[in-house]
Amino acid sequence: MPIIEAKNLTKVFGKNPKQAIELLNQGSSKEEILKKTGSTVGVNKASFSVEPGEIFVIMGLSGSGKSTLVRLINRLIEPTTGSILIDGQDLAKMDKKELRQVRREKLGMVFQRFALFPNRTVLQNAEYGLEIQKLPKEERAKKAREALELVGLGGYTDQKPDQLSGGMQQRVGLARALANDPEVLLMDEAFSALDPLIRKDMQDELIDLQSTMKKTIIFITHDLDEALRIGDRIALMKDGSIVQIGTPEEILMNPANDYVERFVEDVDRSKVLTANHIMKRPETINIEKHGPRVALERMKEAGISSILAVDSKRNLKGYVTAEDASEAKKKDIRDISEILLTDIKQVEKDTPMNEIFTIINGSSIPTAVVENDRLVGIIVRGAVIAALAGESEVDSEYA
Amino acid sequence: MLKDWFTNGIPIAEGTEWLTDQITEGFSFLFEPIKEHFGEFMEFTADKLMLVPPFIIIIIVALIAFFISGKKLGLAAFSIVGLWLIDNQGYWEHLINTFTLVLIASLLSVIIGVPIGILMSKSNTVEAIMKPILDFMQTMPAFVYLIPAVAFFGIGMVPGIFASLIFATPPTVRFTNLGIRQVSKELVEASEAFGSTGTQKLLKVELPMAKATIMAGINQTVMLALSMVVIASMIGAPGLGREVLSALQRAQVGTGFVAGIGIVILAIIIDRFTQSANSKE
Ligand SMILES: Nc1ncnc2c1ncn2[C@@H]1O[C@H](COP(=O)(O)OP(=O)(O)O)[C@@H](O)[C@H]1O
Ligand SMILES: [Mg+2]
Repeated sequence: MPIIEAKNLTKVFGKNPKQAIELLNQGSSKEEILKKTGSTVGVNKASFSVEPGEIFVIMGLSGSGKSTLVRLINRLIEPTTGSILIDGQDLAKMDKKELRQVRREKLGMVFQRFALFPNRTVLQNAEYGLEIQKLPKEERAKKAREALELVGLGGYTDQKPDQLSGGMQQRVGLARALANDPEVLLMDEAFSALDPLIRKDMQDELIDLQSTMKKTIIFITHDLDEALRIGDRIALMKDGSIVQIGTPEEILMNPANDYVERFVEDVDRSKVLTANHIMKRPETINIEKHGPRVALERMKEAGISSILAVDSKRNLKGYVTAEDASEAKKKDIRDISEILLTDIKQVEKDTPMNEIFTIINGSSIPTAVVENDRLVGIIVRGAVIAALAGESEVDSEYA
Repeated sequence: MLKDWFTNGIPIAEGTEWLTDQITEGFSFLFEPIKEHFGEFMEFTADKLMLVPPFIIIIIVALIAFFISGKKLGLAAFSIVGLWLIDNQGYWEHLINTFTLVLIASLLSVIIGVPIGILMSKSNTVEAIMKPILDFMQTMPAFVYLIPAVAFFGIGMVPGIFASLIFATPPTVRFTNLGIRQVSKELVEASEAFGSTGTQKLLKVELPMAKATIMAGINQTVMLALSMVVIASMIGAPGLGREVLSALQRAQVGTGFVAGIGIVILAIIIDRFTQSANSKE
């Protein structure tokens, strides 16, 4: 069961939301509605579901409705129409008390500009969520300390937030949300205010945290690179609507429309694509069965000048060139091991493209792709260039 | 009747008088006990303060001044010299009377003003209603409030406090409203997102964040209360103001000046005290 499910979630800001909703149903655009009614469409019929343990990224340009959408999830903003289910319970139908309970137990939030309480110490900030639940003092201090340890701020409990750097402040923000041990973390551009290096660290740490703590994370960003780095799935927003939901690969490989495509154009593909995306099915010989004769035959058939050699378990053993094979054939050498070359370049299946590029560069023989030492594919130089150029003509079987 | 209003003027003055009379009579069950018990309470407070030897009060004030001004000597020294001078000139009792009036008037203003300010900050409707009322309360010449005050409470300390309440409360209300509205939206969201109740949000986030602004309002309120208390000497409120007034009536420049200096010294000390409560932290 999804932990969060949004159905036709819509928010119209302004005095006459009814009229705006009608126009929306008739298919008017956000711009037309603003002109006609003066109301702003914040989120337009957003539907999606998030599975437990998933990092679900909501991405879009500034003003596309990301912040509004994430605030609809914890009802900091009341939806105009539509529903939001958390663990199957409809948030919109809850009274104030029930809503508070859900916020306390299930939803933690991290803010773009940290939103730390400047009059409280780091520890008191991390304690906030527990304090308002009236937990005994020692218990909440203990939990808050644990949360601070988790984000690497164990030694800063007595400082005031403004004594810390931006990255550290956001760690406090994260600890404050984690201290409650919520099921879901809502993160509204949580790393956007940080400088790039710290930002990358925080992204890595978030991924680590998620894999150990198994939280569900809804992460807002306007940066596709960031979305691709951390997202299990990405929802792309434009003018309040979700225009595509998919895994990073799906979004990159099959942009749903021009908008997504233009967004994707900017991305540094080399960081996102891995060996898996561009490898081809390899021609091979089995060194336990085949000799130079078969090797030569297969190379001729496929029109290639070298062939990879594996054993019966498909463990990569090396390669054989056509030249050596025909020489061996002439000399009537039967044992392939005499002409087997082992100086082969190999990469793991999930090696990113930019690394493959430096490995493959200047090498005339194709690069083998392995997974646990077993050969799974081969990369020829042309494929790398093509993929970097964005034409990714990939073997559909491997895409 | 309408024609009458055009030829002879609309009877606003008569109307106001009528209304005041109605209130005086209608609420006398309320005003009488307030006048009596509250008056007694204030005299009691002032009497007790007067029992304390001046030098002890002077030392206490100086010590507080020393600590709130960040362990600097200026304010402490000024307090010692100023208060000693007032005692030396024989105005100690009047000083205590004035101080008691200001203290109680300010406390009441804050007790009434802060909640109203909070209500204003929470509701745009309340704000729209209160703003013109506050403007009116503050721009009406202070003397005018003395008239209904006398009607309700006779003469003495109590009507002085009443007039001061009306005149001095607006800044506290205004600044409380302003301070809470200025609290960063993200902080308010943060407190809500973690499941705070309205009261928790107010007590743990909004009021602490708005504290500096509210204190600035309270500072203004206290200063206005002081000025009103001086004016209230015209309806029999005791204290330094009365000395100025009687000096005026007898054209005694010298005594008027000395009593006036006493008020200035008190004003400076009160102002610095309430301000530094603000600048601390
Ligand atoms: N409180 C509000 N009142 C009116 N319009 C709003 C309000 N909040 C957001 N909007 C509008 O809703 C749209 C989406 O805003 P937002 O969700 O903040 O976008 P994002 O977070 O993607 O930058 C924008 O056009 C914005 O102007
Ligand atoms: Mg935003």
